[in-house]
Amino acid sequence: MRLSKAWLVATRDFKVFRHQKNIWYSIVIFPVIISVLFPVVVEFAGRKSGGIPAASLPTYLNAFSFFFAIGAAFVPLSVASYSIVGEKVEKSLEPLLATPLTDGEILLGKTISALLPTLIALYAGSVVFMTGMDAVTFHKLGYNYFPNETIGVLLLVLVPIAVVLSVLFSIIVSSRVNDVRSANSYGILMFFPFLAIYLASEIGIISLNVNNLLIISGILLAIDVALFFVSTAAFQREEILTKWK
Amino acid sequence: MIDTENLTKKFGDLTAVDSLTIHVDDGEVFGFLGPNGAGKTTTVRMLCCLISKTSGDAKIGGYDVGNKEDSLKIRKIIGLVPDNVGLSEHLTAYDNLDFYGKIYDCTEAQRKDSIRRFLEMLDLWDKRDVLAGTFSKGMKQKLAIARALIHDPEILFMDEPTVNLDPESAKTVRNFILELKKQKKTIFLNTHNLDEAQRICDKIAILNTRLRALGTPQDLEQQVKSRKTVITLEKIDDKILGALKDLSLKNLTSEGNSITFDVVDPDSQNSAVVEALVLAGGHVNTVNVVGSTLEDVYLKLVRESA
Repeated sequence: MRLSKAWLVATRDFKVFRHQKNIWYSIVIFPVIISVLFPVVVEFAGRKSGGIPAASLPTYLNAFSFFFAIGAAFVPLSVASYSIVGEKVEKSLEPLLATPLTDGEILLGKTISALLPTLIALYAGSVVFMTGMDAVTFHKLGYNYFPNETIGVLLLVLVPIAVVLSVLFSIIVSSRVNDVRSANSYGILMFFPFLAIYLASEIGIISLNVNNLLIISGILLAIDVALFFVSTAAFQREEILTKWK
Repeated sequence: MIDTENLTKKFGDLTAVDSLTIHVDDGEVFGFLGPNGAGKTTTVRMLCCLISKTSGDAKIGGYDVGNKEDSLKIRKIIGLVPDNVGLSEHLTAYDNLDFYGKIYDCTEAQRKDSIRRFLEMLDLWDKRDVLAGTFSKGMKQKLAIARALIHDPEILFMDEPTVNLDPESAKTVRNFILELKKQKKTIFLNTHNLDEAQRICDKIAILNTRLRALGTPQDLEQQVKSRKTVITLEKIDDKILGALKDLSLKNLTSEGNSITFDVVDPDSQNSAVVEALVLAGGHVNTVNVVGSTLEDVYLKLVRESA
């Protein structure tokens, strides 16, 4: 496996994305919304009654920051779907497969092309989010809540694992569908497990602390490994040319 | 350069290519003819190491098609123009070629030189910064050919390169292939355009799952050339037709004052037919051996194999 070749595939995809405004919108919109909207919500929520009590703020802030994990699960879907299904639609995979690139190099390139813009957008959004949240909560907490260990684990461990999960899931879905819209429709399934975790935290079943985030990350990592084998099995030259729809 | 022996590909119970044995020499343009579904694309895909063979052997440039390590080496020395073009439509013409040049480790100078050379040859240099998706079919096809040649491959596989093109674009592509032929590039050309094959190819194979014929265009024409005889008489009556029926001629047809039939050895058989016609009271005006074309050979072999 030559990383330089995988990077070549990824940079080619970046160039393609440059001409696809929809892809950029899908990457940027979610981080922008949560990074701007949530600080505004915290600032204005319950203003008449004195706002959110300081003791409750950490719970809210952890719950809000979990949206970056939710974003990690579905932001890469459109990129990954386009990256593979788009090639299917354009039928540009066959000449690519006829080059000396290995299946693994192409697959890794496709993964990087979905992973990198998503992580950059989410990390940039998280900086805005943390700055905004600190600005609106400092007067109540008396200290900057972010950055902290919890969001560190969330952004540096859970988010990349969730992005990879989403990309691998997209690759598997992409091998079975013929257009980007269908791939995205199936990909939305990725949203629900993360939403379930969020709701569970909201109703007090689990707490989104460092330990639990690491456990969730561990479970997702195991699923990543399983999906990696399934996706590499799906991404074989012969499979792509003869069995992909 | 290309050798196959009993090369076979099965998809489940369906045999797509059955026991194909061919040999393509260095610098040869090899035409691979056959109807839709004959196994032409499957053969190209096997030879380009895109799909596995079920049985048999194939070597490209001395490398074994079935061997995993050799397959990477094969993909380095070949270029493929697939039947569906397969360009990145959201990349410019230049970027499409540059990306493939990078895959093959061409230096920046090599890439710049090759891209300019091919785009100029194919009248696309002025469009180098235009997105490939905006190109016409003919322009896309030409760009796909340039892409396949960017690393100067030893063997070029072309799968129906002129299909769906307007006559002018098809002519440009054909002329370009002829130019490559002059440069002694080995070309494996999948086509069902018989005229194209006849004009371009040094050797032709006709495939319909199994290999039906193999030879130069002239060889193949010869296979049926002297088997069709047309005799024109002053008039044809029942007596003459009766005499002809007694000779059990193959594919006998009568139209106006002419009769046409197939014979195995026209030199000896035609004289017997003429003698029978004269004995039946016929006045023979002309006896001609009709020159058959590659199309005749093709249709005959394909129908026989259907």
